[in-house]
Amino acid sequence: MSEPAPPPPDDEDEAERERKRARRRAWNFGFSENVPHNRALGMVVEDIDDNWARLRLPYDVRLVGNPETGVLHGGAITALLDACSGAAVFASLDRMQPIATLDLRIDYLRPGEVGRDVVARATCYHLSRNVGFARAVAYHDSEDHPIATAAGTFMIATTPGTGRKP
Amino acid sequence: MTTVLEYIAAVRAQGDLTPLLAAMPYAQFMGFSVAVEGDDLITSMRYGPHLVGNPSLPALHGGTLGALLEAAAAFKLVWASETVVLPKTITITIEYTRPARPVDTHARAIITRQGRRVASLRVEAYQDERDNPVASANVHFLIKRDD
Repeated sequence: MSEPAPPPPDDEDEAERERKRARRRAWNFGFSENVPHNRALGMVVEDIDDNWARLRLPYDVRLVGNPETGVLHGGAITALLDACSGAAVFASLDRMQPIATLDLRIDYLRPGEVGRDVVARATCYHLSRNVGFARAVAYHDSEDHPIATAAGTFMIATTPGTGRKP
Repeated sequence: MTTVLEYIAAVRAQGDLTPLLAAMPYAQFMGFSVAVEGDDLITSMRYGPHLVGNPSLPALHGGTLGALLEAAAAFKLVWASETVVLPKTITITIEYTRPARPVDTHARAIITRQGRRVASLRVEAYQDERDNPVASANVHFLIKRDD
C-alpha cells in the first residue's frame, strides 16, 4: 500500500510569499527610515501590493486627544490616512517619484476604541500622468465597521534630472 | 482629575486654553500652543524633527498640517463660542498649497457657521507670511452632547 502522495510543491506560492515579505520589509524600512513622522507615530506597513497598502497605528497614550476618555486625537488618524493613501499611490507607480498631497477629505464616522490599534487600508483607484487618486478606510477589526474614511489626491512630481514630465 | 468639561468651563471663565492643552497628550506630542492676538486665537505647532515627512526637501508631514488645522479649528471653537463640549470632528477637507518648511507653523480659524448641533470653520496654516498659507481646511464639528 503506497503512502498518500504529498501535496505538490507549491514553489510559485512560496516564491510569491517571499516576494511579498521582501517587499513589506523594504517598505517598512523606507517608510520609517525616510519619514520621521511615521516613525514617531509608530506606524508600520502591514501589507502592500500593486495599488494598495495596509498600515497599522499602534495605540499610544502619547497620541490621546481626549484625556478623559483616552480616545486618540483625530490628527493621528489624519496622518495615518495620509500616509496610507500616499503609500497606495507610491505602490502604483512604475518607478520612484516624489508625490505630494493635493487634498485629503476625512469623514469621522465613530470614535476609535481606547487601547486598540487603528488599521488603515488605502487603494489608488486611478493614476493619471500627473495625479494619483486614492480612497482609504480606518478601522479596528473590519473595513465594514470603519472609524473614518478618506479620499485624497496626490500630485506626482516630475523626476529631477530627466527634464521630462513622468 | 479635572474633567474635560471642567477644562472647557475654565476656558469660558478665563479665556485661557493652556490648561486644556497641557492635559492633552497629543497636543504635547505635536508641540501645540495657543496665543490670543486681538480677536483671534492663534494655534502654533513648534517645529520638531519628528514632524518631518520628507527629509530630502525637507518638508513637514502632511498629516501634521492636517492635525494642526483640525486642532486649531477645535480650539477656536472652544475659545470663541458657547460650546461646552469638546467638539467632535465630522468632516475635514484639507488642501495643501505648498511644501511646509521645517519651522514653526501657525494656524488661524474663522467660524463660518454656528448652529445648535454643527459648527463649521475655515482654517489656514502659515509659516512666516500669514497671507501665504501652506495648507488650509474646512472643518465641520458636532457640538451637541450625545447623552
